[in-house]
Amino acid sequence: MSSHEYKPEGAAALLEESAENVLPAQVDFAIEEFLAVEETKDLLRFSTAGSVDDGKSTLIGRLLYDSRNVYEDQVRAVTGKTVAPGQKQPTIDFAQLTDGLRAEREQGITIDVAYRYFSTQQRKFIIADTPGHEQYTRNMATGASTADLAIILIDARKGILTQSRRHAYIASLLGIRHLVAAVNKMDLVEFSEEVYREIERDFAALVKQFGKASLVTIPVSALNGDNVVEPSANMPWYSGPTLLEHLERVPVGGEDAAKGFRLPVQRVIRPDQNYRGFAGQIAAGTVRVGDEIVALPSGRTSRVASITTFDGDLEAAFAPQSIALTLEDELDISRGDLIATPANKPQHATAFEASLVWFDGSRLETHKPYLLKHGVQTVNTRVTRVLHRTNIQTLEEEAVHGLGMNDIGVVEIATLKPVFFDPYAENRATGSFILIDAATNATAAAGMIRRGLESDAADVKQGAVLVALDATHARAAEEALLERDVPVVRTRSASRQLWQSLVGIGVVAIVEGLEAAAAETIAGELPLTVLGGDGPELLLELEVAGVLPQKGRVQ
Amino acid sequence: MASSSTVLPAEQSEQTLLSPQRLSHLQLLEAESIHIFREVAAEFQKPVMLYSIGKDSSVMLRLAQKAFFPGPIPFPLMHVDTGYKFHEMIEFRDNMARELNLDLKVWRNEKALADGANPVALGTQRCCGLLKTTALLDGLREYGFDAAFGGARRDEEKSRAKERIFSFRDKAGQWDPKNQRPELWNLYNSRIAPGESIRVFPLSNWTELDIWHYILLENIPIVPLYFAKERRMIIRGDSLIPVEQSFVKSLPGEEQWVRSRLRSLGCSPCTGAIRSDADTIPKIIAELIGFRSSERANRVIDHDQDGSMEIKKREGYF
Repeated sequence: MSSHEYKPEGAAALLEESAENVLPAQVDFAIEEFLAVEETKDLLRFSTAGSVDDGKSTLIGRLLYDSRNVYEDQVRAVTGKTVAPGQKQPTIDFAQLTDGLRAEREQGITIDVAYRYFSTQQRKFIIADTPGHEQYTRNMATGASTADLAIILIDARKGILTQSRRHAYIASLLGIRHLVAAVNKMDLVEFSEEVYREIERDFAALVKQFGKASLVTIPVSALNGDNVVEPSANMPWYSGPTLLEHLERVPVGGEDAAKGFRLPVQRVIRPDQNYRGFAGQIAAGTVRVGDEIVALPSGRTSRVASITTFDGDLEAAFAPQSIALTLEDELDISRGDLIATPANKPQHATAFEASLVWFDGSRLETHKPYLLKHGVQTVNTRVTRVLHRTNIQTLEEEAVHGLGMNDIGVVEIATLKPVFFDPYAENRATGSFILIDAATNATAAAGMIRRGLESDAADVKQGAVLVALDATHARAAEEALLERDVPVVRTRSASRQLWQSLVGIGVVAIVEGLEAAAAETIAGELPLTVLGGDGPELLLELEVAGVLPQKGRVQ
Repeated sequence: MASSSTVLPAEQSEQTLLSPQRLSHLQLLEAESIHIFREVAAEFQKPVMLYSIGKDSSVMLRLAQKAFFPGPIPFPLMHVDTGYKFHEMIEFRDNMARELNLDLKVWRNEKALADGANPVALGTQRCCGLLKTTALLDGLREYGFDAAFGGARRDEEKSRAKERIFSFRDKAGQWDPKNQRPELWNLYNSRIAPGESIRVFPLSNWTELDIWHYILLENIPIVPLYFAKERRMIIRGDSLIPVEQSFVKSLPGEEQWVRSRLRSLGCSPCTGAIRSDADTIPKIIAELIGFRSSERANRVIDHDQDGSMEIKKREGYF
């Protein structure tokens, strides 16, 4: 039969069984009760990494099948068989349940991140299923970026290979708090406790080096289902949870709501003159009506007037809710700005040290322009220095000049505009960024900010200065600044927009023929410092504003 | 989400089983989807929402309303109309557009329809190619849309499990599954060259059960075809073909009244109905979790050949 033929019968055949099974033995099924439980379920996102041989796809297939999350037509599609009543179950290739794309099926390997969904009575789960080979480090990092937990597969016969070390390292680098080592293929080592204990001990020692993630080790046989969903009768010496029990119990959520408040402004909602809401998804912390906030980079403060949602105003909101804030005062806030709590402000810098996972086929070049997307802000950036590359086999640090595809390293980065951030280890949302190749638009790398780098005057908004002077003094000030290698543009324009652009590109704007007070009025809420005066007094002010290095301070 | 509002006044918050600083999975999914809508509206010149009238589109529409509240949805909706949709779908679409004051564009491949394109004459693949894929690509090009929201979910089908939330399409509107942009955290790369576009899937992480549950909690209107009632059907073997298009001919005795409903909405000649008594959303959910087939099993087109959804997607289909 031609595959292109119109054939509703084909669909009917697939439906046959389900049509018969509409509400089979569940007539008195208590739907309200079910929905009440459903409504309170939370969500655990976890990643898995593994390659062809460690049975990762088999493990996931088994997890889905045994927790009754695989539909029969999916089983039929991979076995090609319908199970008649009383007939022996055909052997299910569990890996086939999860391997998606054609190209991958042909090659028999998983080459991209695949997302899977299942749920139990306790929780909903999202699996980021990632390939394990070294050349897919980038896919592994992608899957790990949103995960709360990572399952690392270890083949009981082989022990801890470089691959397991690499997976644990990447999971830790991406900030995953809960690691699970699934020691698989226990059936092939005769369910030996001795073999398992040695792996458990060695792996615990390894994970300790990488940071503060918690580790749980579980002996399993994915093929036969031991300790995946049901406890294993073959390993009476193991008294810990099965894999699914652990996934259902591990604590998630709530941590981010306790941190300092951060709202990256995605959009200003302004349907009419009476409403002006700053919309975004809360990246960290909690906000209440009446709270004092600071808008960055302007540094202006106000109080929260209301928290708007479609379902009504809220008294308080917390991460990761998507809301809109209105403020008591009219602040000039636009997309890319950050609203934070003044008591616990993020750091800011135009230079910082970050870990990078390089994705792109073309290598990282220092001093090539890239775009850095951090939160909802995109800024021009350059990688100024590669500090080292981590050899993902040996985990040793190597001195290199650039990074290639799948390399992980630590670099120094400089941005044209200040970035407001928290270190990634403290906050994934405000400490992460991607680099985009400005020429090809490719997503070139993922970055995790380690720390800001000291600049000459890290506490002051560098360069965002406008000096208003009369013609004679303007020329003198220009010369004085150029002599000190400070980029300057002198103008007679009183255009607010032009001023903003000038300080935005990092030059000091000297406006000729305008009083400082008048300039200040025009500048309004632009994020810049307006200076006037002349001679030594002006130089001192420029030092304070961070344009010139401060003489009196030891750096 | 009104019925499970997250931050309640202190005296009420004990009623919820979740601690006040935690969100349920539906609240998390909602917050993520709203973030996606706002990113696209801010970063693209001319976004559009592809509105297919089905339950997923209905949820998408509600999420878009939420994302820009109290403002209006800042982009138009486009329905790619094959001409073979159920008449209840078209009525529902036009009512929604009127009630919510939506900017709705309808795009049809008029030329193919005039040439008599239908699934019986052409076979399902060519028919879909002309009336869905070609129509979609033409519609997007004609209006110059650079980003298009679609209601696809990753749990629907295996090739969709690997689709990004921001899915890059080349100048011909095609998807390259081997060369997808890495997508980390919630940082979406929206940079494209002229002529290229992004398909955006804000419901990527929702499951079929999540969609129904959300429709219930939010009281979202859906097309009545989802609810069971007595309907005129052609009964052929075990399949129920809705009596709607004249080119689907019935044999004597094949037409009957059957208490039935549709589990997903497509074109009437290619969407089979199921026998069902589910005439409320809780009953639909009860039926769904008793179900042992995944939801797209009633779509003829997915089973044309092994991996057929992936082939269609590469060509530009949603």
